[in-house]
Amino acid sequence: MHIKGKPITAATGETAGAAEATPMAGDHLPRNPGMALDRAWVSSVRINTSAVERRVTALPGRRSVKKDHQAAWLLRAITCVDLTTLSGDDTAERVRRLCAKARQPVRADLLDALGMPAITTGAVCVYHDMIGAATAALSGSGIPVAVVSAGFPAGLSPFRLRLAEIEDSVQAGAQEIDIVISRRHVLTGDWQALHDEVAAFRRTCGDAHLKAILATGELGTLRNVARASLVSMMAGADFIKTSTGKESVNATLPVTLVMLRAIRDYHERTGHYVGYKPAGGLSTAKQALQYLALIKDELGDRWLRPDLLRIGASSLLGDIERQLEHHVTGRYSAARRHPMG
Amino acid sequence: MTVEEIFETMAYGPAPEDARPALDWLARHKARFGHFIDGAHTPPGKGFKSCNPATGETLARLTQATRADVDTAVAAARKAGPDWAGASGHDRARALYALARLMQKHSRLLAVLETLDNGKPIRESRDIDIPLAIRHFYYHAGLARLMETELPDAAPVGVCGQIIPWNFPLLMLAWKIAPALATGNTVVLKPAEYTSLTALLFAEICEQAGLPGGVVNIVTGDGAVGQMIVTHPGIDKIAFTGSTSVGRQIRQATAGSGKALTLELGGKSPYVVFDDADIDSAVEGLVDSIWFNQGQVCCAGSRLLVQEGIAGRFYDRLKARMDGLRIGDPLDKCVDVGAIVDPVQLRAITRMVSEGGAEGDVHHARAPLPEGGCFYPPTLITGLHPAARLMQEEIFGPVLVSATFRTPAEAVALANNSRYGLAASVWTESVNLALDIAPKLAAGVVWVNASNLFDAAAPFGGVRESGFGREGGWEGLAAYTRPKGEAGPLERVAPVAGTPVAAPQDSIDRTAKLYIGGRQVRPDGGYSIPVLSPRQRLLGHVAHANRKDVRGAVEAAVNARGWAGKSGHARAQVLYYIAENLSARADEFARRINAMTGGNDGGREVDAAIRRLFTYGAWADKYDGRAYGVPIRGVALAMNEPVGVIGALCADEVPLLGLVSVMAPAMAMGNRCVLVASQPWPLAAADFCQVLETSDVPAGVVNILTGDHAELAGTLADHMEVDAVWSFSSSDLSGEVERRSAASLKRTWVNHARARDWFGPAGEGHVFLAQATEIKTIWVPYGE
Repeated sequence: MHIKGKPITAATGETAGAAEATPMAGDHLPRNPGMALDRAWVSSVRINTSAVERRVTALPGRRSVKKDHQAAWLLRAITCVDLTTLSGDDTAERVRRLCAKARQPVRADLLDALGMPAITTGAVCVYHDMIGAATAALSGSGIPVAVVSAGFPAGLSPFRLRLAEIEDSVQAGAQEIDIVISRRHVLTGDWQALHDEVAAFRRTCGDAHLKAILATGELGTLRNVARASLVSMMAGADFIKTSTGKESVNATLPVTLVMLRAIRDYHERTGHYVGYKPAGGLSTAKQALQYLALIKDELGDRWLRPDLLRIGASSLLGDIERQLEHHVTGRYSAARRHPMG
Repeated sequence: MTVEEIFETMAYGPAPEDARPALDWLARHKARFGHFIDGAHTPPGKGFKSCNPATGETLARLTQATRADVDTAVAAARKAGPDWAGASGHDRARALYALARLMQKHSRLLAVLETLDNGKPIRESRDIDIPLAIRHFYYHAGLARLMETELPDAAPVGVCGQIIPWNFPLLMLAWKIAPALATGNTVVLKPAEYTSLTALLFAEICEQAGLPGGVVNIVTGDGAVGQMIVTHPGIDKIAFTGSTSVGRQIRQATAGSGKALTLELGGKSPYVVFDDADIDSAVEGLVDSIWFNQGQVCCAGSRLLVQEGIAGRFYDRLKARMDGLRIGDPLDKCVDVGAIVDPVQLRAITRMVSEGGAEGDVHHARAPLPEGGCFYPPTLITGLHPAARLMQEEIFGPVLVSATFRTPAEAVALANNSRYGLAASVWTESVNLALDIAPKLAAGVVWVNASNLFDAAAPFGGVRESGFGREGGWEGLAAYTRPKGEAGPLERVAPVAGTPVAAPQDSIDRTAKLYIGGRQVRPDGGYSIPVLSPRQRLLGHVAHANRKDVRGAVEAAVNARGWAGKSGHARAQVLYYIAENLSARADEFARRINAMTGGNDGGREVDAAIRRLFTYGAWADKYDGRAYGVPIRGVALAMNEPVGVIGALCADEVPLLGLVSVMAPAMAMGNRCVLVASQPWPLAAADFCQVLETSDVPAGVVNILTGDHAELAGTLADHMEVDAVWSFSSSDLSGEVERRSAASLKRTWVNHARARDWFGPAGEGHVFLAQATEIKTIWVPYGE
């Protein structure tokens, strides 16, 4: 396949128009400063559920990534993973083991075979009490510690305690704070309350980045997902995130499409960049490729980097490792061949 | 590119589907094919190449059918007909089921072969074309099983000549063959010369399914072969999908032959986006609409109408989406837009855009095109006026034209400002707006917040110059069935000629006039026609209507469009009132009829006419559409809509009953009509005007002309505002009506000089109601 006159490379194969407007990959992006609540904008949001579903249903048939491209895409997915443990029985040693995996998510021999330098996951995500263990274990790696906070996962503890929890976590060394919004504000359409809440969290975060978890499985409609996305961005969220992982329905492709389009809309109108984090429900390499393709097609390549994309997952990494070994050796792999985290 | 480089660029790479199984299949046939006739493959003969449009490479050499080939195929189909028609519904169902199962078993081979031959992306052939084709056979296996009990009076038409286009080769084959076979017909099918390969693979599947020889015959070749089929005397029905110009030629060629005809033709379908739509989804919908199959889709939403207030933002997002489309090797599983079917088509698209594009702003997708092969970039042309050629003419390529509107009413007006009427999309989140607009659009299919949804259960077809007949659903069976039994020949009933032997006996001379726009008016020409009894006694004079009276009557009918909006109950009230008033003058009408005919059946005829009015008064609020359970979360509503203005040449032999039998179903279904009364015995119709005048019939709903059938039939058939012409005249005008209807492709229903028992069941009921309605399929996906 050739462009008239010159061979098509991956770079020229990209959409030139989008590339011009987008900062180069790796550029440091200014944080989303947020804005006052724009009710007219929020209420103008329309989402047609059937059409959204058609788009994502057709996606796996439209987009296929094979061989070296698939390996490269999966490696990129790993660099966007927030390697997560959020269990009541977490211990310091368990967290240290996870951090070791975050530092070296793929076996060195596989990376050598793929001609890739070392990579790490995007972050490690833990509860507040594990911050100490995590920061120590990740020291020198450049891998940030993300902490779920503000009454996670229900978000129904007293507001001042939720703010205090964020403050404590930031003080303890968390660089990223994942908070969950009050679903009741969305379900009752109290957009001002939602804006106030997220804006307060953002102020309390200081330099730490704020990921606003919408708990989309509890918002009832895709329209609510879109509106909650917009209000959270208006309130200054650095990322919008689908779920806590504790709801019965977590990240899905329809929810993802709606949130991506909200991010795009917000970017078009304000120029600000907001990241996206699907969490829960994304456990196979195949799904990861679909998510990446959807993000690439709807938002563009700039959103395929860890400063704008995180994937909240615990079991995804294992599946990707097995796919990578298959790519290198041609033999289907087994979980036991990859060090556990 | 290294893994590390790809890791940085995150580019898509090649993801080719393996073509080898399909190439192996071609190789097994030494890449040469004959026809499939009487269950056997004929040896390859002289013919033409079939090429892969993405590469220009020759895939196979096909055989151009000769007249002898077509004769043999028709003879085989005719011979196979009686046994196939006589087989039980269950046996036919088993055969169709076997075809469906075998297609499923070979589904990937069919998909890859289709993509090689046609150039459409493998995603579409694999995920859309082939599954829909298979579904069509499953669905019709079911209809075959149910036909015996559900349609006990239906018989197959006979041998069906089927001519299909190159844009959906196997799917259009399925749309043609499945219903024909289900209802007991046999077929001679000609695939398009660009894309015959999957039809030839289907022929093998027919063999594997054990289909009796001659039930399906496939002959290959160009338009000349199509013409042989169209004009073949051994063929009872023609089904054609293709361009409007060829459809028009077929209408002319088959006129008067007695062949049944269904046409699925071109379109310039509107895609209407209101300001309260989900804009991102509406943009994405266009990808499925105009960039599906490179826009080579008869029902492609090729005319974007977007509400002015959101147009700028909409176009920006649309252009961004277009620029992200991937154009290239159709066998690549990561490609959105494949190859144009043939260099000829590519040149046609290129020429139309280069000639007409300057009237607006042209945006070509900023995506790389492969070098070589037939590729054209997705294109948007904004700022066109309704008069622009590209707003009116079908491009049949990946080119979207666009204009803006201000109000819902203006959206409807712009949408309907077209000679075509195939499909339409409406995008709005308001259920009120969507369900208000959908019925107002002149189209056979309307998609609410969607586009290009198809299913075997949902009738598909057009209005206006997009053709007639429906494919799919119960309604689709009408195209392949006829009432059981043979109608006898219709004797001509000539007016009594000669010199009147006595003056009329009425005490005061009465002047019978034309009934136009609710008023009795004198004929434009100022001439009258004497009406004589069989004994040449002068019974009176009727007005001699000419073409200008037709014009006036049609204009009155067009202006009475409000009738279509009346409720079924309200229309029934008028029909019952007519019956009431006719009943009050029953004796007078009976005497009048007897005086004209010289018989004594007048009383019986008046009574039958009154009963008929009651029949359609009953039907007016009961001939409902269907809600089809299509495989989406949603519903497809097959709504019965009035045809519009129906011109009818009424039966000569039953002067009152013939008129009432066409007027009443037309009125009941919301049509307006221009009726030409019995030519030899028109006085009953002239008297009937007075009944109408006293029965609250709104002006223009019924218009009655008296005069010469042969003189008026052509004017009615020619008239662009007349949507259908029916002829039950005893003058043989069927050919004339069909031929002259070709210009506007209006629906025709003619008697081909066959008699109808107007007093019996054949004189009323479903067949009349079906002719008085158009089916509009409205797809309504739902879910919050």
